[in-house]
Amino acid sequence: MPVAAPPQPARSAGTPAPVGTAISTTGLTKRFRGGQVAVDGLDLAVPWGGVYGFLGPNGSGKTTTIRMLLGLIGATRGEIRLLGEAMPAQATRVLSRVGALIEGPAFHTHLSGQANLARLDAADRTADPATARDRIGAALERVGLVAAAGKRYRAYSLGMRQRLALAAALLQPRDLLILDEPTNGLDPQGTREVRALIEELARDGTTVLLSSHLLSEIEQVCTHVGVMHVGRMVAQGSIAELRSLAAPTVRVTTAEVERAAATCRQLGLADVTGQGDHVTAALGDAVPEDVCAALVRAGVPVRGFAVASAQLEDVFVQLTGEGFDVSG
Amino acid sequence: MSAADLVADGVAGVAGHAARVAVTGRPRRRVSTRLLRSELGLVFGRRRNQLALVVLAGVPILIGTALKLSGPSTEGPAFFARITHNGAFLAFASLVAVLPLFLPLAVSVVAGDAVSGEAQSGTLRYLLAVPVGRTRLLVVKYTAIVTFCLASTVLVAAVGAAVGLLLFPAGSTTLLSATPVSTAAVLGRLLLVALYVGAGMAAVGAIGLLVSVLTETPVAAMATTAGVAVLSEVLDAIPQLHAIQPYLVSHYWLQFGDLLRDPIATTGLMQGLAAAAAYAAIFGSLAWARFGGKDVSG
Repeated sequence: MPVAAPPQPARSAGTPAPVGTAISTTGLTKRFRGGQVAVDGLDLAVPWGGVYGFLGPNGSGKTTTIRMLLGLIGATRGEIRLLGEAMPAQATRVLSRVGALIEGPAFHTHLSGQANLARLDAADRTADPATARDRIGAALERVGLVAAAGKRYRAYSLGMRQRLALAAALLQPRDLLILDEPTNGLDPQGTREVRALIEELARDGTTVLLSSHLLSEIEQVCTHVGVMHVGRMVAQGSIAELRSLAAPTVRVTTAEVERAAATCRQLGLADVTGQGDHVTAALGDAVPEDVCAALVRAGVPVRGFAVASAQLEDVFVQLTGEGFDVSG
Repeated sequence: MSAADLVADGVAGVAGHAARVAVTGRPRRRVSTRLLRSELGLVFGRRRNQLALVVLAGVPILIGTALKLSGPSTEGPAFFARITHNGAFLAFASLVAVLPLFLPLAVSVVAGDAVSGEAQSGTLRYLLAVPVGRTRLLVVKYTAIVTFCLASTVLVAAVGAAVGLLLFPAGSTTLLSATPVSTAAVLGRLLLVALYVGAGMAAVGAIGLLVSVLTETPVAAMATTAGVAVLSEVLDAIPQLHAIQPYLVSHYWLQFGDLLRDPIATTGLMQGLAAAAAYAAIFGSLAWARFGGKDVSG
């Protein structure tokens, strides 16, 4: 069920009305030299100030998209605008306003966490050397890594490495954070901390693009969601819009499918379909008890009556398929 | 809601948005040596590079000690006979000793690792996302390579001169020409020799930079670069190949002897420097052309 809902600008209480999009792509396509199309005609729209959950199974093209957004790999086709600027043409100008975590942490193993951050800060021409120490200290503190700041990166656990990569993204105030699987390798406590950190940053007005293959990891923090599947965007929109794609459904098992379906339609239920010995319909705003009563009043011999509640997870699974299949 | 309200609302929205962007928008970009200093710290802080420098510095100590123990000799490689007259000549002898293999090897290790090492560890993608422009990164990387080349030749020369003057007299001596010169003058020439040999090594460094951009396996890049340098020396030693020899990267390395003539014979030296500059320009440009549009997926 590929549904591409039009993106709506984020508008949470207290923030100014957003203008345009922080990230937008049109027809973004990446075909690798082997001929494999990793990203196919992607129209990404991340609203200003939103927390955008970029979802999809492993191998669905999320990381390739992120690499193109950051100018690490060239697009085969399509256009990218990051914070209103064309990428990769304006990379040197726009990327200093973007903090990024790209496909897991990567640092020099023989340097301490602190020295690694100092190296990245030294590379940033917009960073003020006079405040480097303070900013590095603040970033380490923000991710809870102060105690391990002087330890060699080699001795870091995966969770600590992930935290250091987050600290690197937070060395400067950013307008946009692009975080690829930020909770990877973190324990539940660490995952909660990262979630709280993202919420805090979003409150300050930072736009966040958060990629994950686990909806449950990011569902709570996202205002918007885009779902990728085999290189294509299969759904995109606000959380509410996505949820409406899988409104609760009612399933009536009966010998008289025709009459049950007609009754459902009379009640104003949408997506009424009769098949075999049962009828399914989107429940919408209707109360299940009333539906059941109406069916009985209409003389439908109800053998079974069930309501399936809608979860975003269901939408996700519906869009990308079940199981652990890796997208080709 | 009136039309005026809508307009006011819209203006406030745009202004609010603009104000927020202005907090961090359009930051000033500084000209700074921070990245270069960080790069030098990485190159000279690496254990294996330090080890290479230790081995290079050990060569003059080894030669000096052996010569001291065995007494004056009229035989042996270039400059050996002069060392016992003026210890500073130990520096020249040492440079001749490390020139065929140790120096190009050390430079190959540093240059081959320059970009491929960052690509393999994944730090390259984070540097580029900072952002560090690709041209800027290559310039910084090559500047660090050249610095390492000069540091290694100057190190061998300095340790050679120090050990030589410690173990042997600093008597009046002649250079390759018959004019007697003071030790101070010899040391002056020695510095020029170290810089000249360093320039020759910088050409190897440029080859290494290109190879380093082409692969994501540092060991492969190091081996390839060292292989090219040694192959050049082999080809340079085959008389039948004299037609191609002026184009070999190692062809002018031993030309530094001209710096010890009085007056200095500049023709060969200039050719050597021009060849090194040409190598740096050609291989640097190739590296730039390849790296500029390369997909960084490591």
